[in-house]
Amino acid sequence: MTTATVGKKRASRLNFTNLFRWVVGSVAVVVIFYGSIKSVASGRLSWAQWRDLMVFGVAQGSVYALIAMGYTMVYGVLRFINFAHGEVFMSGAMIGYFVADALNRAGIWNEQPVVSLLIVLLVSMTTATSIAVILERVAYRPLRGAPRLIPLITSIGASFTLQYLFRGLFGAGTKAYPPMAAIQGKWIIFGIPILKSQVIVIGSAIVVMAGLYLFVEKTKTGRSMRAVAEDPETAALMGINVDGTIVKVFAVGGAMAGVAGALWTLVFPTVNFFSGFLPGIKAFTAAVLGGIGNIFGAMLGGVSLGMFESVGPSLVLGGYEVPAFNQLKDVVAFSALVLVLIFRPTGILGERLAQERG
Amino acid sequence: MTTNHEPILELRNVSTHYGPIQVLRNVDVELYQGEIICLLGGNASGKTTTLKTILGYVVPSDGEVRLDGEKVSGLSTKELVVRGISMVPENRRLFKRMTVRENLNMGSYLRTDKDGIAEDLEGVFKLFPRAKERLNQRAGTLSGGEQQMVAVGRALMARPKVLLMDEPSMGLAPILVAQNFEIIQQINEAGVTVFMVEQNANMALSIADRGYVLQTGQIVLSDTAEGLLANPAMKKAYLGELD
Repeated sequence: MTTATVGKKRASRLNFTNLFRWVVGSVAVVVIFYGSIKSVASGRLSWAQWRDLMVFGVAQGSVYALIAMGYTMVYGVLRFINFAHGEVFMSGAMIGYFVADALNRAGIWNEQPVVSLLIVLLVSMTTATSIAVILERVAYRPLRGAPRLIPLITSIGASFTLQYLFRGLFGAGTKAYPPMAAIQGKWIIFGIPILKSQVIVIGSAIVVMAGLYLFVEKTKTGRSMRAVAEDPETAALMGINVDGTIVKVFAVGGAMAGVAGALWTLVFPTVNFFSGFLPGIKAFTAAVLGGIGNIFGAMLGGVSLGMFESVGPSLVLGGYEVPAFNQLKDVVAFSALVLVLIFRPTGILGERLAQERG
Repeated sequence: MTTNHEPILELRNVSTHYGPIQVLRNVDVELYQGEIICLLGGNASGKTTTLKTILGYVVPSDGEVRLDGEKVSGLSTKELVVRGISMVPENRRLFKRMTVRENLNMGSYLRTDKDGIAEDLEGVFKLFPRAKERLNQRAGTLSGGEQQMVAVGRALMARPKVLLMDEPSMGLAPILVAQNFEIIQQINEAGVTVFMVEQNANMALSIADRGYVLQTGQIVLSDTAEGLLANPAMKKAYLGELD
């Protein structure tokens, strides 16, 4: 939201909505600019610290983006939000923990870090994919054709079911991944020292998302997914198995959540039965921010959200001397969502999608 | 017309229900190899439901659909596409966010014979040179006439024995309608049996071999195209001539 868009809005008829947007927009712009200038000028954080915050934001944002793929792709084909997707992510991280723990006890964890991480990744992906597919089969497929609100409520129920299933199975305690020596410390990338774990997270996320893009754009299965997303009835006319394609969408979304689960634990090496909730909500926010149903939007939304909540508190709130501003990152993240939705109700990349749907 | 053979596609005493509402009542339709058959009828007479029943979207509550003398009602749409039925849906229904090439590829989705697909693609380009020019353009950016071409091309990419067309002239400029019917004739001459649902009765009957008239779910009239064009009841109801 720049002053330019606000100005354009004013040029149209000045009804209440536009007036409201104009006022909110101006206030937001002034507040953000004034706060940013003050906090930068105060010199509380050095350039290197700002940079570290940004890199951290990108790392966390790319995990959000990976989880957001599941929300946005499922929304694309079924037009409903799978609120249990955060638990799919948690399931991957949780089962991954037991494998990591076993590897650690066997002495492999620090001996063979690359192999260990790959095993954890694979286990996390497999778990999350299976959970997502089972969820579709058990909870959502019987409701195909029901009013949209019903699968939505079901997904909230499924979310609780999974949380307390995992709590029942593995206890309520928080489980800490064993520390891995190989990913401590920093690498110098383009002259910037970056934490190794963050480099791995960002790098893997880029590779996986590029792979997903190629899969959706270039393969026959990807094409069938796009066809079902756009027009299920006509897709069926081409001989596409619509139900089968929906399962594949859930599987791909689950696999992405599994990758996210494994990567998340590199940055935050703990997991409990409730760990999926907040990242899930954030990833959903990221999907909406970028324009739900749009894969690029989810990537953009994820990284933007990660940046907002990493840099935002220090940059904006820090300027106003808000006490303990570092703990208000969720406030910043969701305020950013509200602001974006006031000005672009369809999300950052959503408009194009809406227009083309006609 | 070779009526001594078995029909290639046949609806035998078909009734269809949507829940408690009966849409089709004991419909009998026969298509013979190489024919163009036209199904006429007003709004809500059950024309589209007839096509949906043939393609397995709707399962008949009574009677059966037969293809090549074999019962096919109850099979999935996928199975029916494999067996050689494809459709140009009402309003074309292209995948607007996909390119023309991707749309055509969707038509041959179930086929694995690469050479055959390439051959049919060439055939589509011969029929619609414009489609070739716009291969990498998004289908949503095409004009109505071009979209119609791509939709027909997409249906042909399944290499159908029977081509179903739902209101092929709807929403097209008059000059394009005429062109469209010429194309249908060309496709038919290449050996494809055509079954079309059409509101533009005059035009449709001018290229059809025979026609059926559907009224509130029942076949009320069936005759050769010439017969229908000359029928006084038809003239009044569908051909727009006042007496």
